[in-house]
Amino acid sequence: MDVKSTKNFVFWLFCQFELITCSYLMEPWEKVLFYSFNISMVGMLFYTTYVCVAAHASTALQFLWNLLGNPHENAVSVVK
Amino acid sequence: QKNGVSNGTLYKKTFIEHFEQAPMYVAVFTFVGFAVGTIFGYLRDFMRAWGLEKRNIAAEREQQKDFVPLYQDFENFYTRNLYMRIRDNWNRPICSVPGPQFDLMERVTDDYNWTFRFTGRTIKNVINMGSYNYLGFAETDVNALKTVTRELEKYGTGVCSTRQEMGTLDKHVELEKLVATFLGVEDAMVFGMGFATNSMNIPALVGKGCLILSDELNHTSLVLGARLSGATIRIFKHNNMQSLEKLLRDAIIYGQPRTHRAWRKIIILVEGIYSMEGSIVRLPEIVSLKNKYKAYLYLDEAHSIGAVGATGRGVVEYFGMSPDDVDVLMGTFTKSFGAAGGYIAGKKGLVDFLRTHSHSAVYATSMCPPVAEQIIRAMKCLMGLDGTTQGLQRVRQLEKNTRYFRRKLHEMGFIIYGNDDSPVVPLLLYMPGKIGAFARRMLEKNIGVVVVGFPATPITESRARFCVSAAHTREMLDKVLNALDELGDYLQLKYSRYSKSSHPELYEETRLELED
Repeated sequence: MDVKSTKNFVFWLFCQFELITCSYLMEPWEKVLFYSFNISMVGMLFYTTYVCVAAHASTALQFLWNLLGNPHENAVSVVK
Repeated sequence: QKNGVSNGTLYKKTFIEHFEQAPMYVAVFTFVGFAVGTIFGYLRDFMRAWGLEKRNIAAEREQQKDFVPLYQDFENFYTRNLYMRIRDNWNRPICSVPGPQFDLMERVTDDYNWTFRFTGRTIKNVINMGSYNYLGFAETDVNALKTVTRELEKYGTGVCSTRQEMGTLDKHVELEKLVATFLGVEDAMVFGMGFATNSMNIPALVGKGCLILSDELNHTSLVLGARLSGATIRIFKHNNMQSLEKLLRDAIIYGQPRTHRAWRKIIILVEGIYSMEGSIVRLPEIVSLKNKYKAYLYLDEAHSIGAVGATGRGVVEYFGMSPDDVDVLMGTFTKSFGAAGGYIAGKKGLVDFLRTHSHSAVYATSMCPPVAEQIIRAMKCLMGLDGTTQGLQRVRQLEKNTRYFRRKLHEMGFIIYGNDDSPVVPLLLYMPGKIGAFARRMLEKNIGVVVVGFPATPITESRARFCVSAAHTREMLDKVLNALDELGDYLQLKYSRYSKSSHPELYEETRLELED
């Protein structure tokens, strides 16, 4: 069953995370604190990505597009 | 035309040691683990200081608060916050003989390892990969212990005196003669405790104005003895002959620190097998250095006597050298002989000097007779004097077990330190979170291992240390190897970048040559 093996794999990855960051050794309330801190950091990262990086990427793409000389530009008027 | 120069090199057989470094991401993850542990340590300390949590650890009394703080150094911080979390993996009480399998008392904790209580049950037949039982002499077989019971009934257990007063029994004289014959030296002296042999005899041999050159990773008993003696101590890098030679040359050229007089004595302290690394000392090179620069050599064969060498006589035999090359041969009976105590052997003049001047001879109680008889019977068995070849078989079995275990672990892809012939096998774990997980899961699979972390090892190199024994059967080793394979995959411990083989066959294919 693909779902079960994926679930096992995700659980195993989570175990590796626990082992590496020593949260395997923490008491339950410490784990709650640590995970909530981590999840909030990751959430802030996603928000920053959404706000800044999307706008930045679209302006960068526009700049590149213009640089490559596309027919959208008013180049016709300049040439004439 | 010659085929090659005979005795052209110092080493008669190849000397292969491994100290592989793990990939960089392992070090990064280790530091991440320690960083998180430290942050939470500070958080818990803060909560304890402000009364939000009960204080279980030693703390100063109210009246002492204005004095210099006692428990603020790093070691106490580490003990409080990191060691306590995985403390259930150490000091496990056992309730049977520490043979190849033993029984553990079951222990649970209700408040996260601050206190333990026994449930009353025992975990039976746990495979023992932690005891220093190299030749399997820790046994309860009645036939084997016949002479020991006889001596116990004849002498009792107490000696009630020191060697110099009334504590020298005929058993001690017999044992010392046997040890001297076994090692091939003129005379030997035995003491009741192995640690005390080192720490009490080095001060008798060296004093102020002498120089001690000691290996970086020497055991605490050697370090304590060296410090107690009052001599100047200089450390050379582990098993590094260039470092040792440089120190020797500097010592002879510059002499003592301020007066520049020659050192009264230069003594080199090394061990046969280092118990945390599994490495064997480079004895031929050290002996040639000591002969060139006129220094003395003190060899501590605690883990190597009985465990290496063609007939179990230690590293001196392993390298094919004569015992006259080493000035002071020291060893313990705890590891390979299933008893307790230590010995110092060498020239008769040296041993006679120690009989009168050693602190241990003057003040410490001598070895008790049943223990001495156990050593006598084990040594006679090893030398073949009891009429069987059992001793030699044990040495060969240990050699086979060691080679098999190490080879399989290398093939599976773990990082193992040490020489290919040493029965001490450290397996590197690196991350602090995995120390606890490894030991607990191995116990669930009924295998008892010893894991070591800081401060016995460097802080980033925590390890699990296996001690292979001649009493382990092939099935036990296979069970351990299977469990290690599984656990290595689950915990991602197979860091080695050199040899990888997916699922090596653990059972030998049919061999076409005749079994010997």
